[in-house]
Amino acid sequence: MVPLSWYMLLSIIVFAIGVFGFLARRNVIIMFMSIELMLNAVNINLIALSHYLQDMRGQILAFFVIAVAAAEAAIGLAIIIALFRNKATAHVDEIKEMQG
Amino acid sequence: MNFQLPDLTPMIPELSMTAFALMVLLLDLLIKKKEVVALISIAGVALVSLTLFGPSGTTFGTMFISDGYSTFFKIIFFVNVILSILISIKYIAVEKINYGEYYSLMLFSTIGMMIMASAGDLIVLYLGLELMALSTYVLAGFNRHDIKSNEAALKYFLLGAFSSAFLLYGISIIYGLTGTTDLRAIASFISARDLTDNFSLLLSIIFLTVAFGFKIAAAPFHMWAPDVYEGAPTSITAFMSVGPKAAGFAVLGRVFMIAFASVKADWAAILIPIAILTMAIGNIVALSQTNIKRMLAYSSIAHAGYALLGIITANNEGLASMMNYLMIYAFMNIGAFAVIIMLRSEGFKGDSIYDYEGLSKTHPLAAVLMLIFMFSLTGIPPTAGFIGKLYLFVSAINAGYTWLVVVAVIFSAISAYFYLRIIMYMYMREPKTTVTLTTSFSNGIALGITTAAVLLIGILPSYLLDLAKAAIKGF
Repeated sequence: MVPLSWYMLLSIIVFAIGVFGFLARRNVIIMFMSIELMLNAVNINLIALSHYLQDMRGQILAFFVIAVAAAEAAIGLAIIIALFRNKATAHVDEIKEMQG
Repeated sequence: MNFQLPDLTPMIPELSMTAFALMVLLLDLLIKKKEVVALISIAGVALVSLTLFGPSGTTFGTMFISDGYSTFFKIIFFVNVILSILISIKYIAVEKINYGEYYSLMLFSTIGMMIMASAGDLIVLYLGLELMALSTYVLAGFNRHDIKSNEAALKYFLLGAFSSAFLLYGISIIYGLTGTTDLRAIASFISARDLTDNFSLLLSIIFLTVAFGFKIAAAPFHMWAPDVYEGAPTSITAFMSVGPKAAGFAVLGRVFMIAFASVKADWAAILIPIAILTMAIGNIVALSQTNIKRMLAYSSIAHAGYALLGIITANNEGLASMMNYLMIYAFMNIGAFAVIIMLRSEGFKGDSIYDYEGLSKTHPLAAVLMLIFMFSLTGIPPTAGFIGKLYLFVSAINAGYTWLVVVAVIFSAISAYFYLRIIMYMYMREPKTTVTLTTSFSNGIALGITTAAVLLIGILPSYLLDLAKAAIKGF
């Protein structure tokens, strides 16, 4: 049986990769994928904990996270497409209408 | 296995509001004149507000709490949504974004806020927060042919989603630590095991602070606010400078005061530097702004810093004065935006502070109204803003944070520079550009309500504060 700490370590690593990707990459789509990675890190954590605590709440929350992430993806991609129609770029350094 | 329907009476406001928002979404198909959709939305919110004072209690186990605290916040949200719709009606026609979805998205966002205020469980809190946030992302980008609006939506979306991932990670740590997501169960677990200075608990408190800090636009998590407030349609800027902020404070108060009640010292040590930094950045950076929406964005960051004092005091008096302040802030901030919206006309943006030069000569009434709101935002008596700040500072002093109040008063004095500069431009400069005001009946009503509220609360302050104090009883 795999110990709980391994799952939690995996979750931390995936979450850290997501945070790093969000902060370091400059392509909107990749930043968005990094956020999804962070959410899935949370899901790993929740489901592992749920299994070891023998409690259903974690799995219920994981389902909600998946559902909300799907809604979030729909809205995020819609916003990116709306932006792309006005300015054909997906690079955040070129999206700088407002500064100061 | 038999399924029992939980007692639905405490959540009648949410249920009726949801039914109503769906109805507005459908009516949009049938009604060509979008003004009618707006009026129906306002009437509906007014009807739903009658159900607010119905039975209180908890339902769905302890997941959903309807008490005085949540009801008070729901009144703030209703004030916010009604005033925002009133100032939108003409404005979105000028901006050529007159679509009916606009109103239903506002209502859905309000439902999200209501659920946040009533959340007794971290799962419900997360769902309410996402419902609020997803609707607001769309609203920020509603002017989809304007690249600034697109950019605002994109920035709000990316940082909002980033912060909600932090919220979830914080929740998962708490869940692993305590084995539950219920706020009261977490509280009893923490006090039973005496988890003061526990590393995991501290980590989760930090993660939750980051997530809520994003929602209330507290520094150093405020970076999105100026860009989003500037780029979003002005009516939406008004809407989201009050609603999501108040909802963020509602959950901040509920989670920190109930779930983390026994580790007050730990989270106060995190919130105090955040409050000081928020007041500093908000007030100091606002000094150099020339776009009025951007200036008010920094002002709203600063106001979040003041309101945080109410949470830091960590007692009922502090929370009551924070609720009182947020209600006052709703009136004065939307009032200021209602004046700003009037300056926007066909082919004229009117969001630079230089557009206000000599406004008192050309449009004296608008100038007087702006004067009242700017005085109130600065905190000059006899306006409501003064009362709000006074009670906040008094409650912080009573809790022993005199030095923090001194800091807050100093920053509040700095803020006078950029608020009074608008007044100086309006009254002591000659008009350079001819500004035509876009007036409308609905905007006039909004201005009337906000002016009356700002002055009345300023002159008769005890009523609102007593209401807040009564609401917080039994929290």
